Amino acid sequence: MTIAAAGDTATEGSRFWRSIRQLFTRNLAAKIAATPMIAIVLVVFIGCTLWTVWFSFTNSRLLPTGSFTGLDQYNRLFSTSRWNVSVRNLALYGAFSLVFTLTIGFLLAVLIDQKVRFEDAFRTIMLYPFALSFIVTGLVWQWIMNPTLGLQGTIRGMGWESFTFDWILNSDMVIFALLIAGLWQGTGFMMVLMLAGLRGIDEEIWKASRVDGIPTWQTYIFIVLPMMRGVLVTAVVIAGSGIVRLYDLVVALTNGGPGIASEVPAKYVYDYMFTAGNIGQALAASTMMLVTVMIIVIPWAILEFGGGEKKS
Amino acid sequence: MEEKGVFGSPWTNLWEDIFMKRFAVAAGFAAALMSATAVPAVELEVTHWWTSAGEAASIAEFARIFEEETGNTWVDSALAGSGTGANPVIISRILGGNPMGATQMNTGRDAEELIQAGLMRDLTDIAEEMNIRDFYVDESLLEPCTYEGRIYCFPINIHSWDWLWLSTAAYEKIGQPVPTDWNEYVDSWPALEEAGILPFGLASGWPISGVPGVLIAGIGGTDLIIAINRDKSVEAVRSDKFREVAEALDDLRSVISPEMQVPSFGDVGNQLLAGEAAGNIHGDWLQGDLQIAGGVPGEDYECLPALGLNDMLTGGGDSFYFPVLPEGTDPAVIEAQTQLARILLSPEAQLAFNLKKGSMPIRTDIDLSQANACMQKALVLLDNGLLPSGDFALSSDTQQQLQDLSIEFINDDNISVDAYIDRYASIIESAD
Repeated sequence: MTIAAAGDTATEGSRFWRSIRQLFTRNLAAKIAATPMIAIVLVVFIGCTLWTVWFSFTNSRLLPTGSFTGLDQYNRLFSTSRWNVSVRNLALYGAFSLVFTLTIGFLLAVLIDQKVRFEDAFRTIMLYPFALSFIVTGLVWQWIMNPTLGLQGTIRGMGWESFTFDWILNSDMVIFALLIAGLWQGTGFMMVLMLAGLRGIDEEIWKASRVDGIPTWQTYIFIVLPMMRGVLVTAVVIAGSGIVRLYDLVVALTNGGPGIASEVPAKYVYDYMFTAGNIGQALAASTMMLVTVMIIVIPWAILEFGGGEKKS
Repeated sequence: MEEKGVFGSPWTNLWEDIFMKRFAVAAGFAAALMSATAVPAVELEVTHWWTSAGEAASIAEFARIFEEETGNTWVDSALAGSGTGANPVIISRILGGNPMGATQMNTGRDAEELIQAGLMRDLTDIAEEMNIRDFYVDESLLEPCTYEGRIYCFPINIHSWDWLWLSTAAYEKIGQPVPTDWNEYVDSWPALEEAGILPFGLASGWPISGVPGVLIAGIGGTDLIIAINRDKSVEAVRSDKFREVAEALDDLRSVISPEMQVPSFGDVGNQLLAGEAAGNIHGDWLQGDLQIAGGVPGEDYECLPALGLNDMLTGGGDSFYFPVLPEGTDPAVIEAQTQLARILLSPEAQLAFNLKKGSMPIRTDIDLSQANACMQKALVLLDNGLLPSGDFALSSDTQQQLQDLSIEFINDDNISVDAYIDRYASIIESAD
């Protein structure tokens, strides 16, 4: 008895050590392969983010050498009218851009999904603007929307003297000029994502809804759309990250003008980091951009991944 | 018979081509190495942002003299975007450990932290050897270059924003004499507008940033500009004198609108020569472009230094910096830095460069009889000394804030003069 019991504890002990060893040796190849990625995430993403946040609390200028000054940079940031205009612009652009790219993208995808002829050609035409950089997009639209050279000039030249399309020079409308260019560039990509989602829906679903006599539009909205949840989430994340980093389109299209009417946060960060040589101020601004993203992403992540057991 | 490759196919032909080219390149390198040991000619990369027509012509003078006198090669790295686009590239290259041989930057505080961090070469020995304090037109120019008693950069010219450029053609059209000071100019605006001429030509973006400083020095006067730019006095900003300046800017705003703004300051120069715009406040580097475009001062355009009101100019300018090169750099390159530093200040180069650039030389001992009418006017004012311009006395951070404010104010009629003064005051209050 006692011998057997002793033998048991011995195996227990060795089993413990074996499991420890297994923690390192099991799937060793996979662990080695993942190490660089983990290191990059820790150092580059998390490390640099913490670095950014820390130096936003200092009075660093050209070099990150400043001393801790608490919330000074944030006080200055929120009393700067250029920053406040930038935030308002991004909120406006973001809301409209998100709603319109998703809606128009979905509608276009549904239209193309009707087994139209020349589907490939349409898809290519729609996606083509996405192949252009924001800089090119911005310049093209700058010419189109320039009152003397572009659309307004052309239509007036054709005889409609009172036609006015000068959004690019109008402080109140310039953000919609940005929106037009942004939508032109981004909607095609959303359409392709949505189309992939639509094609992933089983044909049996459609047959069943036809048997039940449900109208096509209702099938799309109440059955197909909820089934496309994964694609929708991807689309929102891609569109959202495109909105927050909005910079090059503004630089090419309006350079923040007229006045400061189309400034955006990323441009504020760039200008204060590089031109003004004020790292503290620029990092405070970029930290605020990070916080905004977190406010949107964290609730979504909790909804999506939280609750542990639940799997969709 | 046409020669074929060894195996006769086009692919082997291609291979031979590549191989032979490689070999040729390698042989070229070897030859270059051999000649390098014979004559220590090196390449020196020089970065600058002088890309407009007049500017490019002036930097080419430095390059020519440098190559002629030393046999070295000037590798020209012109960066687009001036202070806003090029400055970041220059600074990040130096910070990132990839310094150029020499670089131009504005005389002022943009590089002060680079100097403090020991990234710029100490030029004190060269300065002493050349006795530069004997010939510098104003020793205050060397202040931004000096740190703990050592000299780290050489100002190579004096630029001033304080110019009102007027179009002779525009005033011929309305049949009035060309104004002789700011007040007459303002009085002529209604007639100009009636004739369909832009009273004030303006390029979008940064060019407006220099205008408030010019108005402060011209309308507000010498004491005001010193109090604000050098002493950072908030009381001065809240004074009645500054209010006059803000009101002048408000007047200016009434004749400027976004749709009339052109992309770059060079375009405004063309507007002036064509008589489409009557006036412009811009730095003297505009004159380089006016000359390239065939303008003659006194005939095609008139210039009023200090708005025709003050007898002193605010000044900054450009300096050359020589970054500390990484260890293991060929000593010949460091020697080339030294040679370039000497040449930049030499009378010959100073004269050739500044005549093309439209700026004033930093030396007092050269013959400027070739200088045009506008430069002659400036040289007279320069004898009275130099006032600190914003570029010169304020940190890049403060300059950026003031630029944001100017751009916002000039384009948005809803900002009152009082709000402008308040915001100007709070920026000056936090300036360091």
